[in-house]
Amino acid sequence: MSNQTMTVVGGGLVGAAIAYGALRAGMRVRVLDQGDTAFRASRGNFGLVWVSSKGGKMPRYASWSRDALKLWPNLQKELVDLTDVDAGLEQPGGFWLGFNDADVRARADLLERIDREVGGIPFKMMAPSELRQYLPGIGPAVVGGSYCPLDGHANPLMLLRGLHAALRHRGAEVITGVDVAEIRHHRDNGSFEAVAKDGQNWKSDRIVLAAGLGNAGLASQVGLHAPIASTRGQVLITERLKPFLDYPTNKCRQTREGSVQIGSTSEDVGLDDGTTTDKIEVLARRAVETFPALARARLVRAWGALRPLTPDGYPIYQESASCPGAFLATSHSGVTLAAAHCYVVGPWMAGLSQAPAGFEVFTGDRFLDPAASFSHDH
Amino acid sequence: MTIEPLFTVPHAPTNASVTIMFEGSPLRVPAGITVAAALLVGGVREFRSSVVGGVPRAPYCMMGVCFECLVEIDGVPARQSCLIPVREGMVVTRQCGAAHLDEFSFGEEL
Repeated sequence: MSNQTMTVVGGGLVGAAIAYGALRAGMRVRVLDQGDTAFRASRGNFGLVWVSSKGGKMPRYASWSRDALKLWPNLQKELVDLTDVDAGLEQPGGFWLGFNDADVRARADLLERIDREVGGIPFKMMAPSELRQYLPGIGPAVVGGSYCPLDGHANPLMLLRGLHAALRHRGAEVITGVDVAEIRHHRDNGSFEAVAKDGQNWKSDRIVLAAGLGNAGLASQVGLHAPIASTRGQVLITERLKPFLDYPTNKCRQTREGSVQIGSTSEDVGLDDGTTTDKIEVLARRAVETFPALARARLVRAWGALRPLTPDGYPIYQESASCPGAFLATSHSGVTLAAAHCYVVGPWMAGLSQAPAGFEVFTGDRFLDPAASFSHDH
Repeated sequence: MTIEPLFTVPHAPTNASVTIMFEGSPLRVPAGITVAAALLVGGVREFRSSVVGGVPRAPYCMMGVCFECLVEIDGVPARQSCLIPVREGMVVTRQCGAAHLDEFSFGEEL
């Protein structure tokens, strides 16, 4: 085991995966996790394990997501073997379903371009008659769709629980109820100190900021740039139903337990993670147009969650130039990328492996260019 | 564990009653109470089987929160029997596992 200690600020899916990856590579790891006051995007996640259409403006993100999906079965098995927690990974391929021809054509162009630029992200466009062979329940509003054999889904809550169980099992120090307000860098010996609002503090040789929305205020203290804003997603869930949906889709998925999760909105509403009747209606209407039988299903819950998003929607992974040993990791795809965060990012940020090839594109410095403008798909 | 109900329904002679069908057998119950209360008073102890384990379940909260009292009522599966008043001629069966969308029948177009 390394003599060095790494502190990870943030115990959500991103922080827990990186922490566990560093731990299993031999690092001493401490996780500082906020309490129930955290917005906790990990608990509002839709649960897709998805590459299709990702990285249209950043090919490295597409290949990163593609490779993350290939690593996922290892993580699934490792968590079950170590902790008995089943994160519920299923990778039967997934469908995107379109309601008009223009969207379907744009989708075909986008997927063709990504596969050409990146490689290894196959897809098939399908007319409704072919879609029905896989999804017998689709309604007449669906005029076309795409299938990507790599896509799948998992249970985000069980994944988070499994990662935390694995951290504890292997001896990580996981401290909850901590509101980290300040990061100090001691230049004499290169060490770091995380200071909580109540004055508690923890020293370490390395520090990883994986605090979701909280990164925005912490990163600048160690010379990193994290312009992160929130986009709200509202999600609905039905009562448990007998299995009728064998594949996850972009509009809804049936969980292994039988409930149908229906998503999701994208709203700029600041730090409000509530729900609204008008958006619930939009989501329900869209789900029923996609699968008419859902008109008869009962909804049992709706919730809102805040995606921590950069201006271009892509992640930031970066080591600080001015405070070496301090790292930033922020992504709203904590489920899709979980295994890559664990097996690749964790050892890198622990100093036990090189930075992954081509990761320069993920620095937060890209947002400092005054001439650049950004947009994201959320 | 006992699942004897902790409440009783008064059977004053003036109280009206209705007859419902449960699993094919008539059950004469006080009017104006919920299906869950009526079934409990009528001696029913197993309302549904759980979705995951298939084990028998009975009402727990009696106020619309726990979803343990689900039954099929007049062909509509997975209804919360603690929220629905009894009605003459109502046909009630146990809810076995999860509801099947294809079996839903509401008698009228939604």
